[in-house]
Amino acid sequence: MRYVPPGQPGSVVPVEARYENFIGGKWIAPTDGKYRVDLSPATAGSITEVPNSTPADIELALDAAHAAKDAWGEMPAAGRAEVLNAIADAVEKNKEMLAVAESWENGKPVRETLAADVPLVVDHFRYFAAAARAEEGRSTEIDKDLVAYHFREPLGVVGQIIPFNFPLLMAAWKLAPALAAGNCSVIKPASPTPWSILKLMETIEDVLPPGVINVVNGPGGQIGKALATNPRIAKISFTGETVTGRLIMQYAAQNLIPSTVELGGKSPNIFFGDVMASDDEFLDKAVEGLILYAFNKGEVCTCPSRALIQEDIYDEFMARCLDRIAAIRQGNPLDTETQLGPQVSADQMEKIASYVEIGRGEGAEVLTGGQRAAVGGEFADGYYFQPTVLRGDNKMRVFQEEIFGPVLAATTFRDDAEALAIANDTLYGLGAGVWTRDGTRAYQMGRAIKAGRVWTNCYHQYPAGAAFGGYKISGIGRENHRMMLDHYSQTKNLLVSYSTKPLGLF
Amino acid sequence: MSQTAESLRVTATPAAHEAIARLRAAEGRPVMFAQSGGCCAGSTPMCYPGGELIVGDADVLLGEIDGCLFYIDRRLDEAWHQDQFILDVAAGEPEGFSLPAGDNLHFVTRTPACAPPAAPAAGSAPHRAP
Repeated sequence: MRYVPPGQPGSVVPVEARYENFIGGKWIAPTDGKYRVDLSPATAGSITEVPNSTPADIELALDAAHAAKDAWGEMPAAGRAEVLNAIADAVEKNKEMLAVAESWENGKPVRETLAADVPLVVDHFRYFAAAARAEEGRSTEIDKDLVAYHFREPLGVVGQIIPFNFPLLMAAWKLAPALAAGNCSVIKPASPTPWSILKLMETIEDVLPPGVINVVNGPGGQIGKALATNPRIAKISFTGETVTGRLIMQYAAQNLIPSTVELGGKSPNIFFGDVMASDDEFLDKAVEGLILYAFNKGEVCTCPSRALIQEDIYDEFMARCLDRIAAIRQGNPLDTETQLGPQVSADQMEKIASYVEIGRGEGAEVLTGGQRAAVGGEFADGYYFQPTVLRGDNKMRVFQEEIFGPVLAATTFRDDAEALAIANDTLYGLGAGVWTRDGTRAYQMGRAIKAGRVWTNCYHQYPAGAAFGGYKISGIGRENHRMMLDHYSQTKNLLVSYSTKPLGLF
Repeated sequence: MSQTAESLRVTATPAAHEAIARLRAAEGRPVMFAQSGGCCAGSTPMCYPGGELIVGDADVLLGEIDGCLFYIDRRLDEAWHQDQFILDVAAGEPEGFSLPAGDNLHFVTRTPACAPPAAPAAGSAPHRAP
């Protein structure tokens, strides 16, 4: 099935000529009246206009969030859960519309937004609705007459800065727990993807109390900084690259507020020889598991961009994978048959091409792909890159740095010890994959890999309820799990004496 | 962070020199650069008002361009083992909190092997028009 691009006659996505910031439940024009064009990476054509806001707009958003925070924070958990469930219902009802909008703005294939991004948004809001209701404080009987009560209290107003690779899901990852814990949010979308989250806000504005979520679009150097440094936020969370992550933590330190950061990875995907012990469904799954490096065009923090393949199966296993890669369909992201869409921007595409050149320069062998993909017709100007596999060794830069494109760096290993050494020879520690029919080996490897998430005989699944976050320089904090309520609340202890006796000190 | 030993590791294209001159004029002081890694805009250099990012012993000073210091995380530097960095500009808005290199332009770093022949790379189709 082929969807009509947003805004065109017959599309499931209506598009206004211009969008505003979403502040205090209303659509508010940017203070200085400046806008910029939002383009689709599939055609390099215009979608709409979005605000090019200034710090004054962040202040308006913070005003709205602070006006809303007491009522929202004091609302019974059941009431907040009802709102989160209503958000989930509204998103579910508008699944196609949101999937098409996000696909067209980001370039990711609509088969992914229909099957993963949007359903996972629904899943996260429902999970955190449930988590909010199930949350309970603890009390401790310190002694017979002295009781410590612990209550979870919201932080108040939080700042959230999200990346371009999953514009809706990253919003949900951050908003759902923040709201569940009783906070109000000011959220800044990524510059390349400012619009699809505004379609999300249109979808949920009727079920959301004003001021609980506020969305401001604009340049990060101005409004991102104005948000992250603002003394009126009680916490800042960020997903993106490492230097901004450092700056976020620096600003948080200066305001003495907490921060959580997720900063990417260079995830190993390890295939042990026994995956080829039988030519069966599991082997087929493992082959697909390798090719998941091309999921979302490789623009994923956890992209399994390093394939570690046991040397005795390398030739045969890689041959199967290359056959499958050769069959990848690139093209119109709104065609449900398309498996690989355009990169999010021309810059991203050029960066990928330059990494392939760096790889070649270091002696990596290009097994397939390696250049811009020619997708003709209306997509001739789109930022398409061929699914690429490089063979080399782990010291090469293409094995060490996140390329954020459909580029796999493959190498071999002899035994478990070498697999582990290569897997851990990276600055990052966000994700990893282990593929084996041997349960003991899977467990031992999984525990020994220094990464926050080790997919075992699977990859790229992101269910709410499974904690996600980084080891090493991949970040601090976890997402997707009710432990996030800790990240978005503080503990109030009432230490209560039920004795009438004085201490006797004075 | 010995400046003399490492001051030769970064150079700039004419377009980058021009962008720095404009930024210096607008900011009234030098800017600074920090090479980023990781997710999203990883691999691109971030440009901030001078002194904005607190640097320390974990950072390597790659060099100085028109009075603007350019740093990289020591661990990243070791993992990349890239001797020379060329600061350039490219089309598109910057990511993170980075200052733009001009209208719809951002800074990029290139390796000498991958630098386009004519160096300035601002001619490609912009994803975001202003």
